[in-house]
Amino acid sequence: MNVLVYLIPISIFLGGLGLAGFFWSIRSRQYDDPDGDANRILTGEYDDHPKE
Amino acid sequence: MSEVQISACPACVAAPAAEETAHARDVRDTRFVLSLPAIYCAACISGVERELIKQPGVRAARVNLTLKRAQVEADEDVSVDDLISALTRVGYEAYELDAGAISATETDRKGRAILTRIAVSGFAMMNVMLLSIAVWSGASDVTRDMFHWISAAIALPAIAYAAQPFFGSAWTALRARRLNMDVPISLAILLAGGMSLFETMESGRHAYFDAALSLTFFLLAGRYLDYRTRSVARSAAEELAALEVPRVTLTDGTVISIKDLAKGALVRVVPGARVPVDGIVVEGASELDRSLLTGESLPVEAGVDTIVSAGEVNLTGPLVVKVTAAGEDSSLHRMADLVAMAETSRNKYTSLADRAAQVYAPAVHLLSLAAFIGWMMATGDIRHSLNIAVAVLIITCPCALGLAVPAVTTAASGRLFRAGMLIKSATALERLAEVDTVVFDKTGTLTEGKPELSNLKDIPPHARSVAMALASGSAHPLSAALYEAALAADITPSALTDIVEVPGQGIMGRLGDVNVKLGRAAWVDAHALSQTATYLKLGKEAPIAFTFVDHLREGAMEAVAALKAQGKDVVLLSGDAPAAVADIAARIGIEAWDAECLPAAKALRVAELTRSGRKVLMVGDGLNDTAALAAAHVSISPASALEATRVVSDMVLLGKTLAPLGEATQVARSATRRIRENFAIAAGYNMIAIPIALAGFATPLAAALAMSASSITVSLNALRLKGKP
Repeated sequence: MNVLVYLIPISIFLGGLGLAGFFWSIRSRQYDDPDGDANRILTGEYDDHPKE
Repeated sequence: MSEVQISACPACVAAPAAEETAHARDVRDTRFVLSLPAIYCAACISGVERELIKQPGVRAARVNLTLKRAQVEADEDVSVDDLISALTRVGYEAYELDAGAISATETDRKGRAILTRIAVSGFAMMNVMLLSIAVWSGASDVTRDMFHWISAAIALPAIAYAAQPFFGSAWTALRARRLNMDVPISLAILLAGGMSLFETMESGRHAYFDAALSLTFFLLAGRYLDYRTRSVARSAAEELAALEVPRVTLTDGTVISIKDLAKGALVRVVPGARVPVDGIVVEGASELDRSLLTGESLPVEAGVDTIVSAGEVNLTGPLVVKVTAAGEDSSLHRMADLVAMAETSRNKYTSLADRAAQVYAPAVHLLSLAAFIGWMMATGDIRHSLNIAVAVLIITCPCALGLAVPAVTTAASGRLFRAGMLIKSATALERLAEVDTVVFDKTGTLTEGKPELSNLKDIPPHARSVAMALASGSAHPLSAALYEAALAADITPSALTDIVEVPGQGIMGRLGDVNVKLGRAAWVDAHALSQTATYLKLGKEAPIAFTFVDHLREGAMEAVAALKAQGKDVVLLSGDAPAAVADIAARIGIEAWDAECLPAAKALRVAELTRSGRKVLMVGDGLNDTAALAAAHVSISPASALEATRVVSDMVLLGKTLAPLGEATQVARSATRRIRENFAIAAGYNMIAIPIALAGFATPLAAALAMSASSITVSLNALRLKGKP
């Protein structure tokens, strides 16, 4: 059962990674326009001069 | 839950002057918000953005498809009208929105805060559940204690952060010596956390960390659904308000905000515009459409010294109006007292959820107290008794109840929003479901307030051509309708000379050497009919009347038919003349109607119906309907209504058509049924779980299973609403 010493921290760390990712997605306003984002991916136009 | 307002500019609070400079900077950094009601696809997004970027001076443009809006960053010299006309040219309907009125929804802090809390509690719940599986499947002694300690380390901080909204609301309620749903919730969460910590320290067998967390998680999910429904409704309502940009044009051509207008100022009102203030005409002659205020469909004459009220529409000639009252003091706000009185009676309505909570909260506390005392007396073991009391509290906790209502209202209001209907009040759906009588207003609600020529076939052919030629030169609604009807009947206009429009009277011209006139009865020496009409005089011939009927609003027939099919009584109350009301009632199939109703009479009729035990749905748009709308059990107004009217309505029809009315009552009925079913499901789970908990057989595993199963069942039941018409 000693393996738990590694496994539990690893599982919590991975979960925390997911949580951090979710926070990032909220912060970067990815839920402001879900319909628009779903449609933008389908547009056939390409932005040749994207901002950095 | 009270939000602390944090100023973005601390200096502003200290020095009001600083605020002014800060705002001045905002205005210079022009940022337009456009409403784009017709966009729906990927091509629209790029089309609108490309078109906006092409305009000189526009630095950036971004479309939000969810809100159907575009934000534009542009230089100071860019005019919004240019952007709108550019978009209209390429086929996208666009309106300017008052950026100040809708900025609040942009930084949607509260929604994000709830989402963050959901994420934290969800993350903690999953981890603790994983650890608990080991305990449930038989870990013992040191291993179990270790798992419990790790769970505690995850759960306690997560609860302290995520459950704050419940603690806050429960504390506010307790301080006011009330009980709300959040009191048993907070108590359950705190007791479960505290008891589990104690058990862990004593290396006991049962810890409820996972239950405390899943309780928090499911309830937060319910909160979020509730919040979203409200914020969507609020932002759409704000959008409607923002569409009315309150500006007036002074006689010297300057455009100012209505707030800065002083009494005695002279305001110019062009034909086709709404009169923005109360006042007296000092110059010009025209006709006024008062239908929004009184329900009359017949325009009235206006000349020097005519008293005009805010909300009337100027039809033919330009007017200069001397302001007697503007904004808050104007007649638009005069009915505020009537409305406020009626509102208080409706605010007494307690929703199903509140009624459930009133029974539920004390029952839960008593039950768990009884369990504690009972076990105390039977065994004398405090720790064991407390454990059972906590188990009862957790198992009865209103997880499903907290989700039952928000899940259904979210599904229902989402469906109605797509059908073109906006729900503003939280309890409106439940009230709509109880309705058995529907009262309609006529002008502007069942009809579009737009006339339609009704007797073209009775008119001699030569008169048709002359009338068409005269009508083509005017923007008056009757002329426009006449011209349209003649055009549809393939009539060729006769060649006239010297066509002159006499504001407030009519149009005159010459056919060869015969004088021809089209206009008001008195002006052409005709005998005025009792219905809307205009009169044509050819030289010395007897005047010919062109009669008009109101154009029915789209979907009015369907809505009335659907409501009648559902067994509801339909009544028509109008401020218009009896002949016009009778005509509409007959065309649409309403037997019960009343004409020439004053605003107070309408409200009285609605109140009478209410007293006789009816639940009245009032549908109206005018200022004369406002009191009746407020007095009714539930009220709906079209988007074309005045702002004051929309404010008192529980629901707003976003499109032009009335057709969603029939669907709305059905959706409301089925939503209320779902809410009741959900309560029954939750009660059913409790019925099984409470005896088990009272008997002391409830383990953390049983609690987790009961909670998740009931939450999922009620959510699925709520979603059923979406599929079935």
